[in-house]
Amino acid sequence: MLAELIVAAEETPNPLLPAWYDIVYSLIPFILVLLLFWRVVLPRMQKTLDERAALIEGGIAKAESAQAEAQAALEQYNALLAEGRAEAAKIREQARAEGAAILAELKESAQAEAARITANAQLQIEAERQAALVSLRAEVGSLALDLASGVIGETLSDDKRASALVDRFLAELESDTATTKAAK
Amino acid sequence: MLETPLSAAALIPILALATAPATETPEFKGPSIMDFFPPAILFEGTPFELNRIMLLRLVIVALIFILFWLGTRKMQLVPGRFQGTIEMGLEFVRKGIVEDLLGQKDGKRFLPLITTIFFLVLFMNLTGIVPGINISANSVIGMPLVLAIAAYIAFIWAGLRKHPWTFIRNALFPPGVPPFLYIIVTPIEFVSMFVLRPVTLTLRLLMNMIVGHLLLVLFFSATAFFMVELGGWWIAASAVTLAFGTAFTFFEILVSVLQAYVFALLTTVYIQLALADEH
Repeated sequence: MLAELIVAAEETPNPLLPAWYDIVYSLIPFILVLLLFWRVVLPRMQKTLDERAALIEGGIAKAESAQAEAQAALEQYNALLAEGRAEAAKIREQARAEGAAILAELKESAQAEAARITANAQLQIEAERQAALVSLRAEVGSLALDLASGVIGETLSDDKRASALVDRFLAELESDTATTKAAK
Repeated sequence: MLETPLSAAALIPILALATAPATETPEFKGPSIMDFFPPAILFEGTPFELNRIMLLRLVIVALIFILFWLGTRKMQLVPGRFQGTIEMGLEFVRKGIVEDLLGQKDGKRFLPLITTIFFLVLFMNLTGIVPGINISANSVIGMPLVLAIAAYIAFIWAGLRKHPWTFIRNALFPPGVPPFLYIIVTPIEFVSMFVLRPVTLTLRLLMNMIVGHLLLVLFFSATAFFMVELGGWWIAASAVTLAFGTAFTFFEILVSVLQAYVFALLTTVYIQLALADEH
């Protein structure tokens, strides 16, 4: 019985001493899993990570180019806008100048018209004066003759009668002129 | 839940006869170290002896292959849910551990190793809380040991390849120490670097997993024992052990993830120290 006990105790293995089969079945898993990670899993993982990085970098590049494009478009638009503004200012300036010119022209032509009308009026007045002068000259001649004949017909010595005659003549002339004027 | 090997099964009645008086007292079967050495299924006695835990390791490898193969088979630039999860895991190791400490250039060289370590440890740890499996594939020393040796070879190779003399000098004669102290410092540094590093890597993981398993088994077998074997008022005690067992199950998830992170992180740190020009 004691011998059996000793045998049993001896058969209890020391957990710190590896059995051969234990080493074998530790090496096999280790080598297999090491090969799996080394040759298969990690290269695949690396490839995916690289692809992902490339994709992200590509995305960033694309975004940057889009940004640049947008910037260029904005600049172009701004340039166009400035150009348009300048053109509008130019047109406005031109219109203003043209307006001023038209105004000046109108003023000038109005003045000329006024001058022309004034000149016409003066000419007419002058003509009428000439006509009056001519008609007067003729009338005065005949009147002088009338007066002279009248004076001669009367006694010229009598001063009083002569002056009366002259007065009468003048009054007659006046009324005559008045009637002529009224008739006119 | 408990796989009692034949030898242990033979042992228990003997012990019961030797210690307990022959009464009807039910026997409590707690967790045993034999949990980690289940009976062979295939090739018994050869170096390819396959038992439950070894088979579990192969299943985990298959699972890792399926997950990562499918997850990276047709990778989309805009990932779906599954691919996104796989990517998140891989990126966590790459960015959170490797490139953070080693930078892009050196990081690329050691990324496969660190990724392997992280996911192997993680998946093999997590089986400790999967119902029906209930044992971590890292709770037998082989796996932690192989991974620690891989880390050991990696950081020594990294240092020797980059600058053999600087590496040795930094390792054994750290700059900034008065020369006469090298009598003390150099042996300590030697042991710390070339002996303790792989040993602590192995044991930290192994012991976390062993203790995690023992704790869970203790709580749950105690629950079953109180409820089924004793009954009556003991059922109240079973509620307590059940609650603890549940809480520790969640705690084990945390430990599993944390140990995977720590193992990968320490390996990276050792490589980083080996590559450093000055300490």
